[in-house]
Amino acid sequence: MTYVPVLRFCQTYAVLIMIVLLVIALTLLSDSFLTVPNLLNILNQNAPLAIMAAAMTLVIIAGGFDLSVGSIFAVGAVCSAWLALNVNPYFGLLMAPVVGLLLGLMNGIVITALNVHSFLATIATSLIFKGAAIVISDGRLIPVRMDAFTWIGRGKLGGVFLSIWVLLVFALILTFVLTRTSFGRKVLAVGGNADAAILSGIRANRVRIATFAIAGLAAGLASAIATSRISMGQASAGTGFELQAIAAVILGGTSIFGGVGAVWRSVAGVFLLALINNGFNILNADPFYRDLTTGLVILAAIGISSAGKKRDH
Amino acid sequence: MTEQDVALAARGIGVSFGGTSVLRNVDVDIMAGEIHGLVGENGAGKSTLGKVLGGYYTASTGTLDVFGERVETWGPPEALARGVAIMHQELQLVPALTVAQNVFLGIEEQRSGILRHTENIRLLALMEESGFHLNSEDRAGTLSIADRQKVEILRALARDARVIVMDEPTSSLGRDQIDHLHGTMCNLRDSGRTVIYVSHFLDDILEVTDQITVLRDGDLVQTVETKTQTKVDLVSSMLGSETATTPFPKKYRSAKPAATPLLEVYDLCSPFGVNGVDLTIGAGEIVGLAGLVGAGRTEIARALIGADPSTGTVTLDGTPFEARTPARATDRGLVLVPEDRRKQGLVMTMPARANLTLPHLRRFSQRGILSSRRERTQAEETIKTFQVRPASVDGDISRYSGGNQQKILIGKWLVDGPKAVIFDEPSRGVDVGARQLIHEAIAELAARGVGVLLISSEIEEVLGVAHRACLVDRGRIKQQVMTAEVTPADVLQQLFKFQSDSSLDVFA
Repeated sequence: MTYVPVLRFCQTYAVLIMIVLLVIALTLLSDSFLTVPNLLNILNQNAPLAIMAAAMTLVIIAGGFDLSVGSIFAVGAVCSAWLALNVNPYFGLLMAPVVGLLLGLMNGIVITALNVHSFLATIATSLIFKGAAIVISDGRLIPVRMDAFTWIGRGKLGGVFLSIWVLLVFALILTFVLTRTSFGRKVLAVGGNADAAILSGIRANRVRIATFAIAGLAAGLASAIATSRISMGQASAGTGFELQAIAAVILGGTSIFGGVGAVWRSVAGVFLLALINNGFNILNADPFYRDLTTGLVILAAIGISSAGKKRDH
Repeated sequence: MTEQDVALAARGIGVSFGGTSVLRNVDVDIMAGEIHGLVGENGAGKSTLGKVLGGYYTASTGTLDVFGERVETWGPPEALARGVAIMHQELQLVPALTVAQNVFLGIEEQRSGILRHTENIRLLALMEESGFHLNSEDRAGTLSIADRQKVEILRALARDARVIVMDEPTSSLGRDQIDHLHGTMCNLRDSGRTVIYVSHFLDDILEVTDQITVLRDGDLVQTVETKTQTKVDLVSSMLGSETATTPFPKKYRSAKPAATPLLEVYDLCSPFGVNGVDLTIGAGEIVGLAGLVGAGRTEIARALIGADPSTGTVTLDGTPFEARTPARATDRGLVLVPEDRRKQGLVMTMPARANLTLPHLRRFSQRGILSSRRERTQAEETIKTFQVRPASVDGDISRYSGGNQQKILIGKWLVDGPKAVIFDEPSRGVDVGARQLIHEAIAELAARGVGVLLISSEIEEVLGVAHRACLVDRGRIKQQVMTAEVTPADVLQQLFKFQSDSSLDVFA
């Protein structure tokens, strides 16, 4: 009967096990993989997505889905660039997360006020936000070549990119929120059994709204970093990020039915996807197989995390 | 008796979950054409044995012969193919489909994969034959639990089941419906089928079964003929000692119900069938709500705490309670222990500790940060008070027995000294020991000055625990009685009288 604990262990650490295997394989196959610059680069490049995936974890644990974070990212990008050019670069960087937070709040309010599934509501708001981003940028690129704007995306602290520090701090805060605060407990309860949570005196709608607001904030923060790095705001930024973020969360073993999950595993999920990408690059493998491989890895992860669940019905 | 065929012969059956053995070395013969009762305390393994016999669980060890043939693989499809069907405690229907579609789910008549939509006609024939009557076009989700059970039975009959396992089928039924179900069981038996009846209601088991198998802590105690048994016999073999207590819990009463009204309700109405309820509960008083199934007792409770929208005035502890929501009710100290612990009561994805503290997070946190030490201390205390097994603060409650889940559910509400507590079916599906603990907890609450509203389908429970009982019919309180002055038979008769009166109203 050691089967169940072993399975549980694999389900919890599947994403780590896969990362370790991939790191070993890539190290053996290429000399340029296990180098500090390469690893820091992977982390740096994927920090914005990882920030979004970390926040998406809370949304999914509370039983929701947010398909609009890619569009919020776009709004954040054009807003911060526009404000940086026309007002002040620091103000531009600051406003991206604020705008994201407001849009996320709007998502949450729409979902709870209309009482519709978040999946449907965020498909609609995603188009609205995307449209707003196009209107704000007038369909053009907004270049911001100012050091006061690009420092957060390109700067380093102690030899490590600032973006990695931001990710680290953000993920730790969310982990703390989820595991140690009463808000985190409410998120787990609402996702695990909304009726029971409501009858326990929890204002479930407020909890759901808060998770969407956090996802919006994260998308805005991610867009500030990414826009600063490329010193350019554009409405097409962030396209497809929502699905990558959701894929990473699920890769990390967070249940799509809500109630169970962990922030660090979603961040690990982002890096697993990134490592596959990086592997294709440094091995000069045929990029035609990249999507196929990524899809197979996600399928395998889902398979592991749902194994043994049939009995629980 | 000796000439009968053996329908199911189990030898050396053992089942374990996650390393915990819940059934050990059980031998049992189920004869064809009998009603066979499975009894035992909660956690004794009666439900597990029923599920093994019905093909829902596979035994870890042992063998099973079905109508004389050894079975190798044993799961729901194999069981159905051999004529064994199971009716679950938590009924498993597709709510969006009609009665007929549910009954014939998976066995629809078809031509090359295209449905012929003959389910309604086939259902009519089946209902004619079995004596059940339901509207074939109703959606399963809109039916009462009793009607859903009928759908489950029809489903088994539609598959030509020769053996039907019924797991706690009466736990949500009123007395009249239980009698009806027993009639059905006898019909099934008379037509040569076998019924395996898992229940903790010993009176019911004694009334209708031919043989009874008693389990204790996962072990077989004995299989006996029903006519040789009394309730006291059964209880003592279930508990394993001749010093077993009375089958019914002792009556607990607080010394003196105070005269000051704690909860006053005037003209409470909700769109879910509450039609003008007036009610007063004093501090330290236990008031029972008795009624037949569908009388609207649960709906009254939901309207009171604001889980359903409602009109009317509620005054709690002297101040009006307006704009009712469950969150505000919890803040004010008016709490509901809901009847359905899986759906409304517990968050199965969280451990015991997190469930116990869920309504009181503010008490266990400072500026929003939880103190897990304080949580653990509280959880340990509650687990000890209610003797929850397994006694682990981080236990996975989805694997607990029904009785232990119920203890967690009730315990979670008593953590933070509420002013008034509504118990909806607090002892449903729990064994004698847990029941006594729960009743003690209710009496102790009242002794501390808490007002209690007790909803139960068991009139004996209402009369045994409450000081005063309100008889409910169609969302109204029709009569109030002092529980010391009436017998269960009086109350039941009165309730049936209300019901026939109101059916007269329909014709008037």
